[in-house]
Amino acid sequence: MSLHPQGVAQSLPAAAGEQAPARPRSRRWRPARIGIYAFLSTAALFFLLPLYVMIVTSLKSMDEIRGSGIFALPLAATLEPWRQAWSTVCTGAACEGLRTGFRNSVAITVPSTLLPILIGAVNGYALSFWRPRFANLLFGVLMAGAFVPVQVMIYPLVRVMALAGVFGSLPAIVLVHLVFGMPMMTLLFRNYYCSVPQELFQAARVDGAGFWRIFIRIMLPMSLPIIVVAAIIQVTGVWNDYILGLVFAGRENLPMTVQLNNVINTTTGTRLYNVNMAATILTALVPLTLYFASGRWFVRGIAAGAVKG
Amino acid sequence: MKRTLTPYAALLPMFVTVLVGYIGSAVWTLGMSMTASRTFPSSRFIGLAQYQRLFDNERWMLSLHNLAVYGLLFVVACLVIGFLLAVFIDQNVSGEGVLRTVFLYPYAMSFVATGLVWQWLLQPGDGIDSAVRALGWRDFRLDWIVDQDMAIYTVVIATVWQASGLVMALMLAGLRGVDPEIWKAARLDRIPAWRVYLQIVLPMLWPTVATVLLLLATAVVKLYDAVVAMTQGGPGTASEVPAKFIMDHLFLRSNVGLASAGAVVLLVPVLALLAPYAYARSRRAAA
Amino acid sequence: MANLNLRKLNIILGGKNIIRDLDLQVEPGEFLVLLGPSGCGKSTLLHSIAGLVDADSGAIEIGGRDMTGADPSDRGIGMVFQSYALYPTMSVEDNMSFGLRIAGTPKDEIRRRVTHAAEMLQLDALLSRKPSQLSGGQRQRVAIGRALVRQAQVFLFDEPLSNLDAKLRAELRRELKLLHQKLGSTMIYVTHDQVEAMTLASRIVVMEKGQVQQIGTPLEVYERPANRFVAGFLGSPAMAFVDGEVDGAGRFSAGELALVPGAACCAAQVTDRAVVLGVRPEHVAIRADGALSGTVSLVEPMGNHQVVWIRCGAHTLASLVHDDGAWTPGQAVRFAVDANRVSLFDPQHGNRL
Repeated sequence: MSLHPQGVAQSLPAAAGEQAPARPRSRRWRPARIGIYAFLSTAALFFLLPLYVMIVTSLKSMDEIRGSGIFALPLAATLEPWRQAWSTVCTGAACEGLRTGFRNSVAITVPSTLLPILIGAVNGYALSFWRPRFANLLFGVLMAGAFVPVQVMIYPLVRVMALAGVFGSLPAIVLVHLVFGMPMMTLLFRNYYCSVPQELFQAARVDGAGFWRIFIRIMLPMSLPIIVVAAIIQVTGVWNDYILGLVFAGRENLPMTVQLNNVINTTTGTRLYNVNMAATILTALVPLTLYFASGRWFVRGIAAGAVKG
Repeated sequence: MKRTLTPYAALLPMFVTVLVGYIGSAVWTLGMSMTASRTFPSSRFIGLAQYQRLFDNERWMLSLHNLAVYGLLFVVACLVIGFLLAVFIDQNVSGEGVLRTVFLYPYAMSFVATGLVWQWLLQPGDGIDSAVRALGWRDFRLDWIVDQDMAIYTVVIATVWQASGLVMALMLAGLRGVDPEIWKAARLDRIPAWRVYLQIVLPMLWPTVATVLLLLATAVVKLYDAVVAMTQGGPGTASEVPAKFIMDHLFLRSNVGLASAGAVVLLVPVLALLAPYAYARSRRAAA
Repeated sequence: MANLNLRKLNIILGGKNIIRDLDLQVEPGEFLVLLGPSGCGKSTLLHSIAGLVDADSGAIEIGGRDMTGADPSDRGIGMVFQSYALYPTMSVEDNMSFGLRIAGTPKDEIRRRVTHAAEMLQLDALLSRKPSQLSGGQRQRVAIGRALVRQAQVFLFDEPLSNLDAKLRAELRRELKLLHQKLGSTMIYVTHDQVEAMTLASRIVVMEKGQVQQIGTPLEVYERPANRFVAGFLGSPAMAFVDGEVDGAGRFSAGELALVPGAACCAAQVTDRAVVLGVRPEHVAIRADGALSGTVSLVEPMGNHQVVWIRCGAHTLASLVHDDGAWTPGQAVRFAVDANRVSLFDPQHGNRL
């Protein structure tokens, strides 16, 4: 028991964070570690295989495909299948390639993202701050509706659209995406606004601001992170949609997914696998790019949606 | 602060959507399922006759059977693979970000694209089986996709490939929420890691597992795009699923009444799943 | 009961040398408290004793046996974590016996140890409950029980009271002290709360930035702090520091504040140099015959005592007053400082003179 006036240690840089490492390093794991990496690499291969095959097949000529195995790298890589997929394949009546589908998908996706986000934000805002009576019950039914198969609602919606005279047009498909996108969008924004302190809202009300002013001036500017997440989820969902586009968009507005299926599964004659694969990649390009570019936001969106949902 | 009607007005779109888009359509479908509607809705009420015809319909019964088989395999495979992937990634592995990206990217692809790629991969003669034969196994044949009894399993493979990453992402989030001091305590108690996962962590993750189960189950019921892209319900009607049956009868075979009955039947398991889930949530909220 | 010996311990984490050449001896049955602000390395030190963090060099001996490379479960230690880390889906009984079951201990031995621990900690009635059904104090006892059944020689506590509100904290603190009296085991306790340290410890190790500042009994550390950091860390309200000078006759002065420090306060006679004077509030008395004068700037009533802040020239001193006297801001007062209880520190290094 002694006093240490100088301290035992020499002068020192500041200690790292107080907590010891969260997961204790264990020395017993050396052999098991190899097993872990082995499992993960095998799994990664399984997951990457289709992507690899898609890309590789789309760069080969038909002779090469018939000649070599499905996993072989292209000997004479060519972009001809891509060109064909984009501008000349037959999608039903026309043989204009998938570019019309691409254009249609964009035309569908943009409003089908903006509108549900806007309305979802207003809904989430009203639900979490204003809490009108019966609103929670309404929200509960909306959420339940998200789990119900679309087939239960699809025919009546067709009739309603037909009655309104908009069936088979761009407004119809956008409206349908609004209906089916509302649960998820509302959930995202509601959960987000629930994590905003109520005091902020109350202070604004004491200052005399009303419903729309608080929303537009205070809440919306704060909502950028969740808007990004919502946009990612909605763009992916709408772009990848098949069934709603098939039924509601009408022949001139068929999205890329529908056209893709037409190209591959309804062509007669020889199947051009390389063109098919190129077409598949083209269709998947937008959401995949979004995914690879957004990284953690994508995961955040899943967690945000699924945790409370 | 005075009461204002603006929130109610702002929620009008939600109200209309729920009333017309969801409740209204569901009720209408229910109504049509009890009429003799063919191409167009009719108002001739025939009670539960459509349901009777439905369950006498061989194709419908096959679709139910397929859905049950598919559902079980899909949910179990996704849970097991997703959980294992999450656990392994959680072991402080290097390159975690890359791994997560690799496992999750299939979820960014549409069901149609997934179905088409796997259709190509599982094509007898051109796909995987020819590659395996080229490696030396001359007798290897992978023709499930054209085999009546095996076609549905190809859909399982394709959709498990797509959805496991999602399960992994959700489980990983759950795992990360486990108090790290539990791990320290377990280490002190000399409990091997696999036991910690099985006997301590997994029970703690029950809410996450329940959510995942719900998401997977509803995906099973909604199965349509992947089947259309991969097998078109074939060969013949071997890989028929209820959603496809309904869609075909609504738009191709012009039998709205029968299709509506099918839709209502499809609704039943969804409600059966939602009810206990909602009940459990409300109990937890009240607690 | 064991003693614990740390020799020239070095811990490097994230490239930073958090603990450097640390020597520490813990006697059997001691309650040693590692005290310091966040980031001082006390938790890291505790984790290295537990074996959860590897030491880069140096030796750790527990009960006379070298445990530097040993697994946490082989060190004969038990640990109570900040969040208690009870397995949430298991009952109290299962929580306590889980480790033993894994180790293959015979069933009757498990039952014997669990019953004994439950009796000691008054957990008998709670054995079938789950952690979520227990109060904070009960959870703490279960966490201790988990360590008890392992027949640990040394108990380690990692800030177990930090997450609790003030009232519960005081209650559990007392329970812990009673427990130590009953068990008599060696306990090492980490905290940033000096009240916990003072009330629980048989010895306190004050740490800052990875260095040990002082090791001593609570009284030693309080009354004769080794440096300015220790002096300012312990005691509430904190010790007042006044920069000034000591002249050739050993008289301290800093503007209007002047006094002659008693012989007992320093190691050797201090003359002719700049110093920092340290005075605790309880050694400042407001008396009509006091040698110093000043004005009241603030009064804080605390119920059983008052803290009166006195402005003397450019300096402000706190005075702990136990009577019911009424003081108002602006009031002129006379006060005295107990010259035998002041401390003098070097202005540059902060060390005690």
